[in-house]
Amino acid sequence: MVTKSLHKRENALAQSKKQLEILSNGIFQNGELPTFKDKIAETGQFPLKAKTLEILQINVGYMCNQVCEHCHVDAGPDRKEIMTKETMQQCLEVIKNTGAHTLDLTGGAPEMNPNFRWFVEEAAKAGIKDFIVRSNLTIIRANKKYYDLPEFFKKHNVHVVSSMPHWTRGKTDKQRGDGVFDKSIKALQELNAIGYGMPDSNLRLDLVYNPSGAFLPGNQTSMEKDFKKALMEDFGIQFHNLFAITNLPISRFLDYLIASENYEDYMYQLVDAYNPAAVANVMCTNTLSVSWDGYLYDCDFNQMLELPVNSKVKHISEYNEDLLEGRNIVISQHCYGCTAGAGSSCQGTVA
Amino acid sequence: MSKTYYDPADLRKFGKISDWNEELGSKFFEYYNSVFKEGALSEREKSLIALAVAHTIQCPYCIDAYTGDGLQRGITKEEMMEALHVAGAIRGGASLVHGVQMMNKVNKLDG
Repeated sequence: MVTKSLHKRENALAQSKKQLEILSNGIFQNGELPTFKDKIAETGQFPLKAKTLEILQINVGYMCNQVCEHCHVDAGPDRKEIMTKETMQQCLEVIKNTGAHTLDLTGGAPEMNPNFRWFVEEAAKAGIKDFIVRSNLTIIRANKKYYDLPEFFKKHNVHVVSSMPHWTRGKTDKQRGDGVFDKSIKALQELNAIGYGMPDSNLRLDLVYNPSGAFLPGNQTSMEKDFKKALMEDFGIQFHNLFAITNLPISRFLDYLIASENYEDYMYQLVDAYNPAAVANVMCTNTLSVSWDGYLYDCDFNQMLELPVNSKVKHISEYNEDLLEGRNIVISQHCYGCTAGAGSSCQGTVA
Repeated sequence: MSKTYYDPADLRKFGKISDWNEELGSKFFEYYNSVFKEGALSEREKSLIALAVAHTIQCPYCIDAYTGDGLQRGITKEEMMEALHVAGAIRGGASLVHGVQMMNKVNKLDG
């Protein structure tokens, strides 16, 4: 079980340049597999262009109380990149004026940002239709100061989206760390107790499933059914929807794929499962990702690969929704992760 | 030519069998896909049956395919191993049940 980020371990894959090299060399360089650009060009979908903004996703920092085996952020307790109040202020100006219907806060563990609560209180005033916080669940039980988070979320009508790799302890702890399963169950029961995830409740509680190894997620609807049955029978837990998300071959998951000699097979799986219908709705076309230091990216994955938006507007301080619309999306071979099978996005399948 | 009978990379070429007989290949895959659709049995149950059968017929391609399929469906390794023991029990039982024939024969010849 890893306890430190790739950055802290000074692993070569902590560098985005190294990751991009791997994704462009080997099987993609020798023509064994087509590059993502060539693949989408086959169906006339190159260049991918940004449509009207619907989802504004803000990453408030890479610090996390967990060190998950497959984290694409390379998050952990040792990451010090945290959004400042000044950058949050700039984000708030955008939140007040955006046409996006969804505001999505992520991290790391977003709750660990010292200004998280202030930011949520201020952002909630903007009245955006769907206000998501991606909470890892264990943070709620990590320290006394977080025990009231469920009530805080409820007060601000926050939509809670949480990771849960499996309904069994073994598979969950293998991916997310010892004890994560029990803490997550406790947190879910607390959220249920105040109304989150209950049928007909407006307090939305969704779970995110991503595979624990080098394989793609199964059918989202079937997985949701299995999760609901198991969590209800074993723990009396309820939730609304399950989002099945494919692991993208970057950061710690890329490190895992290479170390376990699964990289090439996994890329074959992704390319074999390529679905042009998923390309049409891929999330980068309606999402904008803001990093902890205020820079803009087509998605959270591009943020981690340090591939900024292809636009004159680069930073939240100079934000202009009209100028950003229609920009060409920056792509590489990791994008196959979002177009495999039924597609994958931060909101689950897309096709 | 390959020096081994089985190459894991050949599994993804399975569809190519249609290249040399389009009609029968297509019919087979149409049938195959229909078999694994949800019916009186769930897709999950069918996947576990396929995994057990794969071990019974000892097909390396099928073992790879239905181990991967099971993982995708969230089937646990405990469930997979139990399915294999069903296959093992039937295989073992198939040998042992013939013991009755042996016993009948012994009793007749030397009883």
